Amino acid sequence: MPMTMTQKILADHAGLDSVAPGDLIEAKLDYVLGNDVTTPPAIKVFEKLGVKEVFDKDRVLLIGDHFTPNKDIKSAELNKTMRCFAREQEITHYYELGRKEMGIEHVIIPDNGIVLPGDLVIGADSHTCTYGALGSFATGVGSTDLACAMARGVTWFKVPEAIRVNLNGSFKKFVTGKDLILNIIGKIGVDGALYKSLEFGGEDISALSMDQRLTVCNMAIECGAKNGIFPVDNCTLEYISKTNPGRFNKNGYKVYTADEDAVYSDVLNINLDDIDLTVALPHLPSNTKKASECSDLKIDQVVIGSCTNGRLEDIGTAAAIFKGLKVHKDVRCIVIPGSQRVYRQALDNGWLQILDDAGCVISTPTCGPCLGGHMGVLAKGERCVSTTNRNFVGRMGDVDSEVILSGVPVAAASAVLGRVGTPDEL
Amino acid sequence: MKVSGKVFKYGDNIDTDVIIPARHLTSADPEHLKEHCMEDIDKSFKDRVKPGDIMVAGKNFGCGSSREHAPVAIKASGISLVIANDFARIFYRNSINVGLPILECPEAAAGIKEGDEVEADFDTGVITDKTTGESFQAKAFPEFIKNIMASGGLVGYTESELRV
Repeated sequence: MPMTMTQKILADHAGLDSVAPGDLIEAKLDYVLGNDVTTPPAIKVFEKLGVKEVFDKDRVLLIGDHFTPNKDIKSAELNKTMRCFAREQEITHYYELGRKEMGIEHVIIPDNGIVLPGDLVIGADSHTCTYGALGSFATGVGSTDLACAMARGVTWFKVPEAIRVNLNGSFKKFVTGKDLILNIIGKIGVDGALYKSLEFGGEDISALSMDQRLTVCNMAIECGAKNGIFPVDNCTLEYISKTNPGRFNKNGYKVYTADEDAVYSDVLNINLDDIDLTVALPHLPSNTKKASECSDLKIDQVVIGSCTNGRLEDIGTAAAIFKGLKVHKDVRCIVIPGSQRVYRQALDNGWLQILDDAGCVISTPTCGPCLGGHMGVLAKGERCVSTTNRNFVGRMGDVDSEVILSGVPVAAASAVLGRVGTPDEL
Repeated sequence: MKVSGKVFKYGDNIDTDVIIPARHLTSADPEHLKEHCMEDIDKSFKDRVKPGDIMVAGKNFGCGSSREHAPVAIKASGISLVIANDFARIFYRNSINVGLPILECPEAAAGIKEGDEVEADFDTGVITDKTTGESFQAKAFPEFIKNIMASGGLVGYTESELRV
């Protein structure tokens, strides 16, 4: 029976020759991930199970990024709980703030060379689906699943069917992977891929850099998808040869390819030339519109960062747009490099100086304002253009505040213009 | 097993940020979470909800974050069952894992109104709107979920697997 990429990875990890959509399988996990919000409840369950040790201390990833640096006493307690557990269990991939490996979980896990092609990953964070960009299967779960997975290193899955997304052509100037994924969500809706895989392919996946593929897969969850996944190509191999030369040179990864005759529930053919700079207006990521049609919307804040758009390429794009310009007098622009490594590289490249000169504030890596945690929460009636992933009611602060999602070029241009706008207007 | 109660009705795409806003995630204590359940779209929910009441909603209930705090908050508030057209997958999985009963039934999600008295039988999947007299057939739980439920949730299931 022909299989998709996702189905092949699941079959292999379940020790089966093949699987079909709807099959229930128990599969071995390569990595299990939790953060400062989801891990503390999982630790409680773990202790209740009476298990002494995690299944593999190198394969449990514990990253405190949501409310760090601790925003208040309660979040300090959450992080302390996780830290104590990580030390007790001698977790390899637990890092303290400021270390070069540290940052937002979905930025550092690919960048530190932890997840590689063919891996199977679950994480107690919905944006775990990010790692599909590397040709791995990765999906979000809750804290109880995390606890049981930390104990046994296996979990159950229902094998998903897939929507195939064929990418052809090339992007217009300033258009990025963020515009592509917003367009897909706008087209199929926030439940358009519910329970399914979003499998990318086509002639021109090479039009997307690895940072952009990570952005695209990151937001697969916003159309309900179980996972997003890209085929492995030269771009992937070059990326992992740098992030994990040891495993790369030993062929410690596996490339899966969808069968030619794999069955898809739907096929989307997308011409990248047709994609415009896009925003998602409040209060759903599917509420998309051309950025150029929203120039009457004045803004109070811009956020550039998050697990969606806090990577090196994103910070570089922001610096290129802000160079020689100033943030509008009525706007606060908060730039959050996604990891300590991104921060340092941006510093070495002179990008942080450009952003500082423009009047941006530069934050330590954190999820912070994306989920209304800290470092940029909105007041009643305020409006923010943000490169994050969700614009739900109250997501970034007051229930009467608004978040408009965009890619970095629109966010940076809007910060300068004081309203929604595009770099062409600068 | 049967449950019955008064209906709180909501629309499509009820996301986990409105079920329990992230600003309240600094504690996972059910008693804390229930104080803030649904507050961003229905401020009076926590004061009006009574043990046994039933939540009915449209498409894609529980979309967004993977926070298990969302089904925990609903369960702690006293809700005995959520009926929806369909559920976002992580929420669906989390609900089963923490023991919040959920039923997918597009007809019931469309037909039942705010304030109706509704009864549901988990064994048969039959949902009855006692206010209108209408009844609906929900999809029964698949076998594997029944197994997890029989073990008292995922924790019990994992405990028994670990003992083998």
